[in-house]
Order: sequence, then C-alpha cells, then structure tokens
Amino acid sequence: MSKSARLAVIGAGPAGLSAATLAAELGLDVVLIDEQASPGGQIYRALAEAPAKRIDLLGDDYRRGRALLRALHTSGAEYWPDTSVWSLDQNRTLGILRAGRAAMLQFEQVIIAGGAMERPVPFPGWTLPGVMNLGAAQILLKSAGVVPAGGTVIAGVGPLLLLVARQYLRAGVAVKAVLEISPRSNMLRAAPHLLRATAGGSYLRRGVKYTADIMRAGVPIHYGVSRLRAHGDRHIESVEFASHGWRGRCDRMLATDSLLVHFGVTPRTSLVCAAGGRLAWDTSLQCWRTQVDQWGNTSVDGIAVAGDAAGIGGAISAEHSGRLAALAAASSLGHITAAERDRLSHADIAWRRKDLRIRPFLNALYRIPPEFLVPDDATIVCRCEEITAGQIRAAVREGHTDPNQVKFLLRCGMGPCQGRQCASSVAHIVSATRQIPAAACAPFRVRPPISPLSIEQLAELSMADE
Amino acid sequence: MTNATAKIFDTVIVGGGLMGSSTALQLALAGQRVVVLEKDHPGRHASGSNAGGLRRLNRHPAEIPLAVAAAEMWRNIAALVDSDCDVKLCGQVRVAESTADLEMLQKRVALVRSLGYEHEQLIDRDQLYRLVPTLAPHCLGALYAAGDGFARPYHTLTAFRRKAESLGVVFHSGHRVQALEQLAAGWRVVTEHGGFTGRTLVNAAGAWADRICALLDEPVPMTVGAPMMMVTERLPHFLDLVVGAASRMLSFKQMQNGTVLIGGAHLAAHDMAHETTAIDFTKLRESARTVRALFPHMKSVRIVRAWAGLEAFMPDRLPVISESARAPGVFHAFGFSAHGFQLAPIIGRILAEHITGRPGPLRLEAFRIERFNTTNAIAESQ
Repeated sequence: MSKSARLAVIGAGPAGLSAATLAAELGLDVVLIDEQASPGGQIYRALAEAPAKRIDLLGDDYRRGRALLRALHTSGAEYWPDTSVWSLDQNRTLGILRAGRAAMLQFEQVIIAGGAMERPVPFPGWTLPGVMNLGAAQILLKSAGVVPAGGTVIAGVGPLLLLVARQYLRAGVAVKAVLEISPRSNMLRAAPHLLRATAGGSYLRRGVKYTADIMRAGVPIHYGVSRLRAHGDRHIESVEFASHGWRGRCDRMLATDSLLVHFGVTPRTSLVCAAGGRLAWDTSLQCWRTQVDQWGNTSVDGIAVAGDAAGIGGAISAEHSGRLAALAAASSLGHITAAERDRLSHADIAWRRKDLRIRPFLNALYRIPPEFLVPDDATIVCRCEEITAGQIRAAVREGHTDPNQVKFLLRCGMGPCQGRQCASSVAHIVSATRQIPAAACAPFRVRPPISPLSIEQLAELSMADE
Repeated sequence: MTNATAKIFDTVIVGGGLMGSSTALQLALAGQRVVVLEKDHPGRHASGSNAGGLRRLNRHPAEIPLAVAAAEMWRNIAALVDSDCDVKLCGQVRVAESTADLEMLQKRVALVRSLGYEHEQLIDRDQLYRLVPTLAPHCLGALYAAGDGFARPYHTLTAFRRKAESLGVVFHSGHRVQALEQLAAGWRVVTEHGGFTGRTLVNAAGAWADRICALLDEPVPMTVGAPMMMVTERLPHFLDLVVGAASRMLSFKQMQNGTVLIGGAHLAAHDMAHETTAIDFTKLRESARTVRALFPHMKSVRIVRAWAGLEAFMPDRLPVISESARAPGVFHAFGFSAHGFQLAPIIGRILAEHITGRPGPLRLEAFRIERFNTTNAIAESQ
C-alpha cells in the first residue's frame, strides 16, 4: 500500500469521483478509497459492468455517471476498491480494511464523501422480512437485475417512489400501489419555495411525467397516507394503511409479500463523528448533518466532507461540492494559491447554488410527519438490540435525559449498526418526551471501529510507522 | 431553587459517579440531607464505561479487607438498592501460562492465607479446563475466586442513584464546581447554577478529583488514564467465568446477552481540555493478540465497539479514602486506579460512618491522603 498519498478521498460516488479527479489533475498525490468493487457510489452503482439493456432501463441519470468514471481513469488518481474504512481520528489517521488486512495510514488531508443513507423510520412491522428499503431494492436492480417477483407495494416519501415504480413497471414488475405519506399540509409549507424551485431545473417536470406514467399503467397512488403497518407472522403478508382523500379517511389493507419503503435520505456522519467533527441538527432535513463551511471543511483540521454526507443536495450538487473540497485541499497543501482556488471555484459555486434551489421546496414537500418520526410505544426502534419506543420514553422519564444516557441504559445504538439505524429516532423520541427541540439533544458518541473488524484483523493490524 | 434554604444540606458531594452515589445513599440511610453535584450527567465517564468487574482476586493486601466486605454487600445488593444490578457471581480466574506464572500465583495464595483469607485458591489444570473449556491448551492452572464476578456498571449506578433519590438525595447534573468557600461550620460549593452549602464536603470527583484538591490547597500526585475496552458481536454461550492472566493485561468475560467484553487496562489517549478519549489501536492490538493466544476460537469474531473512560490513578495504585489533612469537614474518595467498581458499596458505607462520627472496624491507614504529604513526593511522581 502506498504510504505517500497526501490526500485520501473516501467514497467513490459523484462527490468522491469529482474530488479525486480534480485533485489528481491539480497534481495532488491522491488515493480514492471505496468499499464497493467498482466506482459510482449508490447512484451510479455497478455502472461500469452493467449491460446496455439495464442502463436503458435505469435511464439518463444513471448514464451521466459514465463521464465521471472516464475522468477518474485519466486523472492519475490511485483507486482502491473493496476497501472499507473503520476508523478516522483527529490526526487524520485512517483505519482501513483491504483484502482482509487491516492497516492504519495517516494523510495530510482527508475528504469524506460517504454519501447518504436511507432514513430509517420505524413503524409497526418494519422489522419483518419482506419489508425492505427501496434504495436497497434499487441496488439489487442495478447490480444484479433482481426485482420482487411477486409484485410489491411502495411506500414512503419523495420522488424515488415514483422513479423506482416506473423502473419496475418497465421491467414488468407488478406495483400494487404507491403510498405517499407526506400530508397535504406539506403543500402549504412547500408553496413559498415553489418559485425558486421552478428556477432550479428539470426536477419538477420529471416528477409530473413520472406520476402520469404510473397512473396510466393503472397503479393507484395514495396521498397523505397514515397509520402504515406491516402485518405477518414470519414474513410480511399484508400492509395496512389509512389514506386521506377528499372524502375523508379510508382504512385499507393490501395483501403483499413485499413492501418497499423509502423516507428520503440522511447524511452518513459516523466517520466524521469518529474523528470528533461537529454535527448540526438540520431542522429542514429532520436529522443531523456535518457542520461544514462552503469548501466542506469540518471542525477538524484537514478533514472535509463533500456531497450528501454534508447535507442532502443530490448527485449534481455532490459533483460540485467534491470539486470545491478538492480545490480547498489543493490550496491547503500549497499546490494552488488561495486566489487560484477562489478563481477556479466560481463556476462550481454558481452551479451548486442553482442546483440546490429545489431543496427547500423538496424538504418541505416531503417533510416526515410527526406520527412517523415519533413511533408509538410498541414499535421497535433499535433493531440490533430490539428496544422499543416505549422503553426509550420510560428511560427518559427516569432521568436518562439525553440520547447517550439512553444508550448507556438500554444499549440502543450499541449493536453492530452502531446506532446508524436508531440515532435520529432516539433523538426525536427524547425531544418529544422532554418537549425540547431535537437540536438540543447530543448525537450518539461514535465508537470505533465504525464497521466491524475481527479479533484476528486487529491482532494483525499494521501501523503507518512500522 | 431560588429559596436559599433549599440549598443547605448536611453533606455536599462533588461527583455523581458510583462512589458519590454510594456515599449519598448511605448518608441518606443515616438520615442526612444530601446533594450530589455532577458536572456532566451521572456515569458519564468511568462509572458508566468501566468493565464492571467484581473482583477480590489479586487485590493489593491493603484493599483485601475492603474488597471482602464489599463482596458481602454485592451478594445481597438488591437489599440495598432494590435492583440486582445484573450481578453475576460466576467466579474469576487468573490463569498461569508458565511455571513462573504458577510460582507467582502460589506465592499469592500463601500471602492471602497469611492474612487470614480463604477466598483465593489455586486450581490445577484439570479444574481450570472444566471451568473454562474453550481456553487455549497451554495453560497450567489458575488462581480462582469462586464468588467473584461482574455487574453492569451503568445499571448499577442508576440503581444507586434512584435508591438515593427515593430517600431524598438531590442530584444535579450539569453542575460544575467553580469554587469552594469555607464557612464557619462547613462549606459552600459554588457552581454556575448557584451555591450549595453543607457541613461536610465529599470529593468523589473521579478524574477531576485533583482539581477539587487544588481548590482545597491540598495537592495530590494524581494522574488521569483512560482504560480501553472492546466488545464483540453476540456469540452463543461459551464462558461462565471472568478470565484474567497472571502475566498479561486482560479481563475477558461473556455478558448475559452473549457479547464478549474485553478489557485489560491498556490506556487510550485522552484530552482533559475536551474531556475526550481516543482509542490507541497499537495498544488495543495487544489486547486482540492476548485474546487470540488464550481463546483461539475468537479469531474471526467481530469487534463491534471500542471505548475508554477517564479515571483517576494514584502513583501506588491505591485509592485515597481519607479525611482531608488540610480542610476540616472534607472527605476524599478517589484515585481508584481502574479497580474501584467492586469497592463502591463499601466506600459509601465507610465514608458515611466517618462523616456521621461512627467509624467501623475497617482500617484506612493505607489510603490516607497524608501518604503523599511531601512536596518531594509530588514532584517525583510528576
């Protein structure tokens, strides 16, 4: 392994690809580290190997990634696939696992482009087999062409519901219903942002077109869905929900052995937390994100975050923020002057600003209603340790008043997922129980390794200075 | 709390960890009005993040009487705090991997016997492998204490706190001590949320105890360390006892939920300005190598989490359990040097006995703060 690389970029999605490419073009010694076998991140997953027919199925958004991959190959950046990062400290020492070997390497600059994860939203029955995240299902489609054979119900919020429903319909999968949970009141919240959003590009036109395509195929789309429940003994057998039409509430039940859910995406923050970087509660995203400046610099010297890991902006904005972080790193390392950095960044800053215009509108339109953020007592919140919302409320009432104390007492957040699945739910429950803003809660302290490491791998760990 | 009389107590305890909470509970049982001032939240550091060992095995001779008395209290802990604290008295062993180890353990048994105690015994190879069947085959025997075991630290702390609260003790989180003012009869403890007055002051401030000593003009050669621990994924049950080793740093046990907790007092890096710790993977690697050597079946088991808690260490690795030599009405209980958990119930009782003027039979000479009482001793240790 190279020990001389001065910049490590973690994550080969659009932000990481752009950051590594530009940094290498500026003459930096850069290594791009990614846990996947091929570059592209989640959005352009398995793009390099995908057969032409699957690329046609997935559409233009997917195809866009090809230009990014080509640029990386010609940039001279070193690329380490199949490499997971299990630790990062404030001295920019990175713990990696590659081909089963653990090593610690120190870098002068680190750009984290860890992307986003699907927002975990606990509802009754969400842990039943057959209930799956929509994004994960889409990855199966992208990487292996796998689809739910017996048809599916798609529930949650946002444009991905429509996008995947349309992809499934084109692949011949029976979509039984699309259940959109954002309440009609969100329209009122979103309306003030509409004017700026329409200036933001093609997002809205596509939303309208997808909706029309799905309805034309005869798939019912229910809006303002509440009381979502998955039923079944060992596997999901049906989904129950209430839809709120113009004629009032209507309770429904659909038989299905597959329910795909998606409640938007939230920034992945474990790595920056492990390094001691500060987070900020984002009231519009309803979750934590990394605190960064316009270049992506975090509160830890030499560690930047680019792309969705710093706040949800989508793939195009991620490319711009990756380039901005690369410019800042090149300037910090003395490859370009601050004046050159500023001059080279004008276009990216302008483009990113334009691209982000849609976000206030989308965040307001697809805001998760409190019913879903603060589940009822019987619902499991921490899947690893099987801790319910009721146990968390009881702990708060007994004086364990912040999420870390709740974690100490109940072990929620101490399982193999390290709290990634329950952190924001615990914060929402603590804040609702204490009637304080979620921003007043401290995020879970993150303990390494952030992805599991075996006893043998730790015993054989090689250190940078050995 | 605007009413001044509401802030007058018999005893003000600084530190809401296990020692402070245990002392508060015993004082409340003796009828005192007590307030506990905690700068963060109870159990934020060592008391919430230690390994939870209940161990008389291999203690310093001066600590044995306390550890034995504490063991009596742990056996019946629910009678004291209305919770079993998840205590598991499964036994602890300290294994010998060489004849030199074995000789060391034999001497230990002889020492313990000479002091009049029977709780530690030597077991042979066959007995050891009956107790710990998955242990690597090279071990020769072990020191064994049948009634030792472990408990869950944060649950224990919570049980002590809640019981104390039920008896009227007031706990204040987020109350960092800014100043100590000596009154005609007692002390006023100043925090950013106001002053708290008591006839007696208890310093149970853990890794911050030396700062309280400094406010009392009673410097101590205390240092701070952060022992590291790691925990694995859940495994099928394979181990009942807590396993240590004669010549390695190790504490190894399987918890009730199947996870394996691995300690051994390798120290993390720490930063007292930010009150944070950072795992030192070079040292944690030693822990992993020790585990691999003694439990080879653990090789492919995944480590889920590693952490460290800030603790106070004394140069002689014995705690300070002592009336202040300088400040009347002040009692210290700190510097447990990473083995205080087991002593917590008896420390509370001892301090309460001394504070209420009814000292019991346990001797505290070895733990007096005066033992560091020369400026030279402090200079040397730093």
